[in-house]
Amino acid sequence: MANDKSVIIKIKRQPTPDAKASWEEFEIPYKPNMNVTSALMEIAAHPVTRSGKQTTPITYDANCLEEICGSCAMLINGRARMACSALLDNLEKPIKLEPFSKFPVVRDLSVDRSVLFENLKKVKAWVPVDGSYDLGPGPRVTMQEQEQSYPLSNCISCCCCMEACPQFNDDTGFVGAAAISQVRLFNTHPTGQALKRERLSALMGDGGIQECGYAQNCVEICPKEIPLTTSIAEVGGQVMKQALGDLLRK
Amino acid sequence: MAAPKIIVVGGGLAGLAAVIKIAEMGGEVDLFSIVPVKRSHSVCAQGGINAAKNLKGEGDSTFKHFDDTIYGGDFLANQPPVKAMCDAAPGIIDLLDRMGVPFNRTPEGLLDFRRFGGTLYNRTAFAGATTGQQLLYALDEQVRRYESEGKVKKYEHWEFLSAVLDGTRTCRGICAMDLRSMEVRTFPADAIIVATGGCGAIFGKSTNSVVCTGSAQSALYQQGAYYANGEFIQVHPTCIPGEDKLRLMSESARGEGGRVWVPKTQGDKRDPKSIPQSDRWYFLEEWYPKYGNLVPRDVATRAIFKVVYEHNLGIDGKPMVYLDLTHIDRKTLDRKLEGILEIYEKFVGDDPRDTPMKIFPGMHYTMGGLWVDYKQATNVPGIFAAGEAEYQYHGANRLGANSLVSCIFGGFTAGPNAVQYAKSLQAAASNGHFDAERKRQQDINSRLMKADGTENPFLLWRELGAMMTENCTVIRYSKKCEETDGKLVDMLHRFDKINLSDRSQWANTTIAFTRQLYNMLQLSRVIAQGAAMRDESRGSHYKPDFPERDDKNWMKTTKATFAPDLDEPKFEFEPVDASLIPPRPRKY
Repeated sequence: MANDKSVIIKIKRQPTPDAKASWEEFEIPYKPNMNVTSALMEIAAHPVTRSGKQTTPITYDANCLEEICGSCAMLINGRARMACSALLDNLEKPIKLEPFSKFPVVRDLSVDRSVLFENLKKVKAWVPVDGSYDLGPGPRVTMQEQEQSYPLSNCISCCCCMEACPQFNDDTGFVGAAAISQVRLFNTHPTGQALKRERLSALMGDGGIQECGYAQNCVEICPKEIPLTTSIAEVGGQVMKQALGDLLRK
Repeated sequence: MAAPKIIVVGGGLAGLAAVIKIAEMGGEVDLFSIVPVKRSHSVCAQGGINAAKNLKGEGDSTFKHFDDTIYGGDFLANQPPVKAMCDAAPGIIDLLDRMGVPFNRTPEGLLDFRRFGGTLYNRTAFAGATTGQQLLYALDEQVRRYESEGKVKKYEHWEFLSAVLDGTRTCRGICAMDLRSMEVRTFPADAIIVATGGCGAIFGKSTNSVVCTGSAQSALYQQGAYYANGEFIQVHPTCIPGEDKLRLMSESARGEGGRVWVPKTQGDKRDPKSIPQSDRWYFLEEWYPKYGNLVPRDVATRAIFKVVYEHNLGIDGKPMVYLDLTHIDRKTLDRKLEGILEIYEKFVGDDPRDTPMKIFPGMHYTMGGLWVDYKQATNVPGIFAAGEAEYQYHGANRLGANSLVSCIFGGFTAGPNAVQYAKSLQAAASNGHFDAERKRQQDINSRLMKADGTENPFLLWRELGAMMTENCTVIRYSKKCEETDGKLVDMLHRFDKINLSDRSQWANTTIAFTRQLYNMLQLSRVIAQGAAMRDESRGSHYKPDFPERDDKNWMKTTKATFAPDLDEPKFEFEPVDASLIPPRPRKY
């Protein structure tokens, strides 16, 4: 049993992508305001399990440690979230850490999330500017428009929304809420609109927006509180309208 | 003729800016980054980006921006490139605006600007309080576009180890390690651009991201590149102390009216909100009536140190002061500062809209870096540098919201110059140096894997960080800096007795970290010795024994070069080009 001055953490470990996973248990000295990443740093400095077995430091992704780079996503007590903003004081003990279940494990808590970046290519999530030279100011944007686009632009590509989505799996090939929300962002931009048609086409068919089952897990789990279901509804409408238009023009 | 092949190392703002220019010029780019580029440290910049667009009817101009930057940097920066940057800044903002950065707007739909430290003008464009994130994403999206067109190839989860230099010490490519398979490989290029950020990790806890170790710069310094002004380290006055890092509380909090204060009475236990105005000491406003809470960072940091350590007025006797936003209405705070207020809420648990924040200074920015000329070229042919990794734009102290503009301007300068250089490059006499460099790096790995000593790299790093923070940040004494250097020599010996707790050949973060640690130790010596030598006070470098700036002897760039035979830095000093603004005393 851990005393007040220590915390027990169970970590699911897997040395390579093909290896079998197993659990290791650690007991680390407690300090106020500690988060999961500082606990993992502590284990790196003293890689010994609770039963006294020498082991290796945990492999995990982390960079900014202030919930803005999107690196340190993992399952903490079964919930997809960022390890840096998970304070030990607020977590049920013993704490359980696992890698995301729907992405290939690299090692331990580190997974390969490149699928999102590939999806962002598919939906052309950019503004097609003419070039990087000085062509004067951009289009005027009202305060209201900025207040709508800014939250969408806060997506940190952590993939929590995809991990939590029941439809995001190998069977559906669903593109996921994050990419759909980026389509909404760029389709609203005065210059970004130029690629609207292509973006919506990319969301039609298998793996597209139709795979969404309205479970609403995405919006509930998003660490940046992005209105993901509103984005899906909005883009869903755009896709529908375009599909219908295409049908009528045939 | 084949398209010029450029390798860019680092995918933050500077690296991505360079990539965009190269791709646009028809060059081919290989982009290397430890993390997916969208997760680079630029994402942490909060408050904004400076450009004198003069949209507030204040009579601002790019020359005033230039003057503020030179004066804020205490006349250590060479002036011509700084002027070029300030002149280019308004165009850079326009470009970012066109790329879709959701900058805050005025009621008329124009860009909004706020005030930042070290200036009297509203010159800082911002996207909430996550400007760096929004800028990085805009460039990341453009690079993704080029990537999908086949003009850019990304190597993410790869770490730069060294440059490949031929017999004439000309750069012909890089040697890098795949952080998953641990494969060590060389990659040819006509030129390389190093945009690998700052070296916060040398100080243990800082506001920097985990990847900001300075390892790449140090490796290049050990290969013959000059490292300039290493002793100039910015300590940001307002950070949230934490177990794993010091989280930045943006200067924009003060730009939007935040006030710094402590209770006038030692050990005042009252809730801060119940302390009446008359019992509060707004020391920055009292000491600096003109700039108030918006004095430059080095000035604010020293003031906080004075209040905490000389007047013993830290909150509860602890090293902390209040940063107070509670007098500003919630709506304004949410619209302009939400991102950073959320950070405080999430990591401390208090709502800064209701209660004053407790903050303290922390290591934040590396003014020094690889020495470059006005074309962003280092002294090693074929190696360019941009962003925080080089030393050029901020002199002895960086002004808030100037880092983002210097990153993009530096990248935009480095990219085309690297392409120009590549076009006139003669082929190397032989290719043998690729194998030699790969073998050298593989040997380092094998040695570390086999090492059977007693030193734990993570504990050695903690020691390094504590020592460097204590002796080589806000207040410096020559003797202590020299002692620090002596301990660094000991630590380099101890490094030979390292013991890796992980010897596996897959995604081994321990060996990657241990390699970085070695480079941190070498670079720390440049910082400690540079600080010991510079007998004056200038910008962030403050020595109580030499409290004045000494232009006669020290208006000079420190250039460190590695002497491989002695395994230590050698120093030379280069006069500063002050041809545009005559030096004047810096008094805020």
